[in-house]
Amino acid sequence: MNSTSTNLLEIKDLAVEYHTDEAVIYAVNHVDFSINKGETVGLVGETGAGKTSIARSILRILPMPPAKVVSGEIFYNGNDLLKLSEREMRKIRGNKIAMIFQDPMTALNPIETVGFQIAETIQQHNSISHAEAHQRTCEMLEMVGIPGDRFKDFPHQFSGGMKQRVVIAMALACNPALLLADEPTTALDVTIQAQVLEMMQSLKEKVETAFVLITHDLGVVAEFCDKVAVVYAGEIVERGSAEDIFDRANHPYTLGLFASLPKLDATEKRLSPIKGLMPDPTDLPDGCRFCDRCPNAKDECSKSSPKEAEIAPGHTVKCFFSGGN
Amino acid sequence: MLRFIRNRLLMMIPIVLGISFIVLLLLEITPGDPAKMLLGTQATPERLAALRAQLGLDDPILVRFVNFLWQIVHGDFGTSFMTKRPVFEEMIMRMPYTLVLVGISLAVSVGLGIPLGVYAATHHNTWKDNGAMFISLFFVSMPVFWFALLLVRFFGVELRWLPLSGIDSWQSWILPIVATSLGFVATIARQTRSNMLEVIRQDYIVTAKAKGLPERKVIYRHALKNALIPIIMVIGNMFGLLIGGALITEVIFGIPGLGQYTIAGLTGRDYPVIQGSVFMLSVMFSLVILIVDVVFAIVDPRIRSQSGRKKHKDQKDGNKIEENTQKIEA
Repeated sequence: MNSTSTNLLEIKDLAVEYHTDEAVIYAVNHVDFSINKGETVGLVGETGAGKTSIARSILRILPMPPAKVVSGEIFYNGNDLLKLSEREMRKIRGNKIAMIFQDPMTALNPIETVGFQIAETIQQHNSISHAEAHQRTCEMLEMVGIPGDRFKDFPHQFSGGMKQRVVIAMALACNPALLLADEPTTALDVTIQAQVLEMMQSLKEKVETAFVLITHDLGVVAEFCDKVAVVYAGEIVERGSAEDIFDRANHPYTLGLFASLPKLDATEKRLSPIKGLMPDPTDLPDGCRFCDRCPNAKDECSKSSPKEAEIAPGHTVKCFFSGGN
Repeated sequence: MLRFIRNRLLMMIPIVLGISFIVLLLLEITPGDPAKMLLGTQATPERLAALRAQLGLDDPILVRFVNFLWQIVHGDFGTSFMTKRPVFEEMIMRMPYTLVLVGISLAVSVGLGIPLGVYAATHHNTWKDNGAMFISLFFVSMPVFWFALLLVRFFGVELRWLPLSGIDSWQSWILPIVATSLGFVATIARQTRSNMLEVIRQDYIVTAKAKGLPERKVIYRHALKNALIPIIMVIGNMFGLLIGGALITEVIFGIPGLGQYTIAGLTGRDYPVIQGSVFMLSVMFSLVILIVDVVFAIVDPRIRSQSGRKKHKDQKDGNKIEENTQKIEA
């Protein structure tokens, strides 16, 4: 993959903190990240690793206060989103960059019809008539497998999986160039997960949209993503193509993630989780963030933080003992 | 919806009858004799007995209750013991005063309270929010009768800006309305603020923002509409409190309304007046609660669909969706 081609989105040195009365939570710590047109990138990591904070800071919908973007630039088509006025930013939200939320049960306004909620996005960004917006909304609903005549139904009249389809239809309504999917299947049960994923897969082939897929489900990533970035304690510890990560994983954390998956072919009685917990985001260790849980940790790991090193073209690892360091 | 309204109207009948009976029962067991009130302490026992028989006070309570109902069915609420005027006529004459007082006070409370609450919520944790909430706490804590007397003293007696008592012109309405509504403005503002703060944290508000909607639409279309649902309930309950408050303000400001009439009836042991006005007030209150429930159903589709009228259609759609899903996956 050619890293010098024009990036659709490029995040440089992004850091997000949450300031509460008791402490400062370091949620995102100097993350660099980019995505090309039409590409699908998976952001993988445990709950609380800072994945959602990264996605929300792209759209600038972090809850402020307490959240605070302390450093960084987010270039979309060459413009720094963090420097845009609120007015300019509104033209990007929902139009150029859209987001699919984690929990479809709460992501829809309970007292408006689903049709209204989709049409509202369309009318906000396109100067078209009511009838045209209605027409386009019905098309979007049909596209995600919901009959267009359910336009006038309310969210509580849909099941969870169908609500997520509505949320997806809403996100796709303006043909965004980039779609941020924040754990789109986590709140759904497994059979519905498969349906929604398959639908997203087929939509991805139809529309030329770049995806950022946030998940902690490695299976979903394997099925869906071109590139993968592994997030740990607000940092990207390893990134590369899906093959790099799945076949040639190098960072001890990534290896641990794979080792913790139950294997169907082995007769194992117990799972093998990564020992310990993610460090407290209010009090991160000085050296490598993973050193307390790392099976190969040496003295130097707790003293200084490793740099990101490229071990193969496009495959980088943040560890002293990776091939590159 | 029409069936719902019809059922609710039918349900009002036992409620109002129950209230009427309880009022009669309370009058029965409280000490005091209307005949003595009318004839004075010098009256002879024979004259008292004759008057009691004439007013029907000797009948057993059930007989009086049935008589009362019989009259009401014929649009007759009896005649006042004191004034000898028909109660119904008197109530119709006084009704507009009470309705104007309660209606305008309610409108003022809602019209000022909701924007104030939204303003405080959107400036959460700033001095503007704290200021608005401090002032409203002040007014919530102030009893209506005391505040009314303060207003009379200051604007009526000291400054002589506004009339003290009676209704002669529109200016006469200002003090009573301010006295009745100020506490409720504060109640609604505080309720709106806390509901808004709750709703603003919801996921669908983030969704609305992520769609690129302007702040104005996010706040008013998506947040406020949801925050208002519990407030509708508060407004309904407030109506009852407003009527109670109107009893006091009408007496203090000398407004010839239903409240003043009721108080006069109570102090004079004027049974037909008491029964008639309580009947009227309970009908009004039941109607308001009905209106509140209808508004609820209009605003919140989740309540509307509880009647289950769309079940059949949904099932049909469910099958269609499964077909569609299979088509997409194929």
